[in-house]
Amino acid sequence: MSIPVIQVEGLYKNYGAVEALRGVSFEVEEGEVFGLLGPNGAGKTSTVEILEGMRTPDRGLARVCGLDPEKSGFEFKEQIGAVLQSTSLPDKIRVKEAIELFAKFYRRHANTDDLLKRFQLEEKRTAFYSQLSGGQKQRLALAMALVNDPSVVFLDEPTAGLDPQVRREIYDIIEELKRDKKTVLLTTHYIEEAERLCDRVAIVDQGRVIALGTPRDLKHASAGTTRIEVRLTKPVADGELARLEGVTDCRQFDGAYVMHSSRPPQTIVALVKQLEAESNELQSLEMFSPSLEDAFIELTGRRLRE
Amino acid sequence: MTTARIMGSNPFINTWTLTKIRMRLAMRNRTFLFFSLIMPLGFLFFFVLVLAKGQAGWIAYILGAVLTMTVMGSFWGLSVQLVTFREQGILRRFRLAPIGAGPMLASSIVSNYLMTMPTVLIEILVCRFAFHMISWGNLWAVFLLVTFGSAAFSSFGLIVASVTNTMQETQVINQLIWTAFLFLSGATIPLAIFPAWIQRLSLFLPATYLATGLEAATTNLATAGEILTDVVALTVGVLVAFEISRQLFRWEPEAKVSPRAKLWVLAAMVPFLIFGIYENAAGTRLERIRRDYRTLQKFESHQSAPTDN
Repeated sequence: MSIPVIQVEGLYKNYGAVEALRGVSFEVEEGEVFGLLGPNGAGKTSTVEILEGMRTPDRGLARVCGLDPEKSGFEFKEQIGAVLQSTSLPDKIRVKEAIELFAKFYRRHANTDDLLKRFQLEEKRTAFYSQLSGGQKQRLALAMALVNDPSVVFLDEPTAGLDPQVRREIYDIIEELKRDKKTVLLTTHYIEEAERLCDRVAIVDQGRVIALGTPRDLKHASAGTTRIEVRLTKPVADGELARLEGVTDCRQFDGAYVMHSSRPPQTIVALVKQLEAESNELQSLEMFSPSLEDAFIELTGRRLRE
Repeated sequence: MTTARIMGSNPFINTWTLTKIRMRLAMRNRTFLFFSLIMPLGFLFFFVLVLAKGQAGWIAYILGAVLTMTVMGSFWGLSVQLVTFREQGILRRFRLAPIGAGPMLASSIVSNYLMTMPTVLIEILVCRFAFHMISWGNLWAVFLLVTFGSAAFSSFGLIVASVTNTMQETQVINQLIWTAFLFLSGATIPLAIFPAWIQRLSLFLPATYLATGLEAATTNLATAGEILTDVVALTVGVLVAFEISRQLFRWEPEAKVSPRAKLWVLAAMVPFLIFGIYENAAGTRLERIRRDYRTLQKFESHQSAPTDN
């Protein structure tokens, strides 16, 4: 049996009275892209920063490549690359200088020109950090994370706040890492990111891992139901829609009724009949095949970005 | 990915690498150029032309005072820079790399020193050639005092940065310390004209050892042995202050320093407490300062006396 590259067992971390981590456990195998999916404040960043050696856990075990991140010092740092959620560089450092600077700190490091080309930063090589767009800064952060050709890469919300086009560019880079057999630990609150990129996902909420598996497994675990979101001209009584044919669950979010149905056609027919009988009307109706979002809603009763 | 080179994570190489980039970044910063070059030269011209009215006897003394201010500027610059880097999350990016606090701190001291030297050189050349300073003074002593003084005051700045949690707090503490350094050390107002109790108090300030040492070196009025005591005081100050700043160094903006850790600052003052007690009890420094001042006054009255012919 192979030893996992990342090993986390019963991790606890408090910030004053706030319990950020309450017994987080998971393992990541070599070459795997593993996602920590959860809303803001779920404990994703705390977990990743403990694994990067940036924070000390109150309790529990964290190992990366068999090393204790906190105590293994430079040997550990040579093995990892990371994109931090909140970080920066001096405004007046040039793109090429930044990559070259960090490259010099490592025993083993990549060619700067190759990295500039790979991350489409060649044209910006002489630009100051302050002159870069958000997407360019994030590409530079990724280039710097790979400057030592690490075996394990931590990406903490690498696409947060970026526009969809730039986000897709970052996805391509992460897929490239996957092809290069790098072990990647990714945190995100974007469902599509986890579904598209991750081999396995741990859903994290309120400092705990509440579900873990492949995106497919997690979606199937959400009872394989179709999500139907409707907006009505008049509100309906509590529980009325939950009694419709095929409906397994119904909740209200932001003025919309979100139903999960095991038999969508029958549910819709029943819904239309019910609304006619009550002189109510549909404002909108949307259907979604089972997703990680559904799994998250089922597990927590909340949306990811609430 | 092409792995091009294999290099070691050597603290000395890392220090030099960081020193070079810090110098480059500083040269791109107009504020730095203003405070490190234009302002000290402005002080020099103001003191020589307005206060000394161009009298040759005082030029060397004023050069010593202005060099002191130039060197002490490290205190402000480095503390503010370190706090800025920490608050902006720049330090935490460096924390991921295999470099320790030592190279981070040492590089800021070395780069600051290397960038202070041209200003020091310009100030000496201006005094010698533009203001007709009588002699070069003791240039070796100037070199040693500037070197150890720059390192000592940089380290003091780094300690302040490590024990303050916000930029605002840093500015307030800097202002208090800076004012004491500037006005109670002889860097702006000659110590010899102060009441005796202030003179005795000044012997506990590191700035006094830099100011009186540099003034004695530029005027060439002190012996090598007398200047050596200033160099020793500053060297001990560097060693203690650097180690304390290394111990207190924080990478993370949210890692607040505990009130207990702030007591370490007092440890940085211990060498100067010892020097102060010694100088007050058995030293000859105050006597030397008064003697040098009288010599300069005599020189001035001799120069301004009407000639017989």
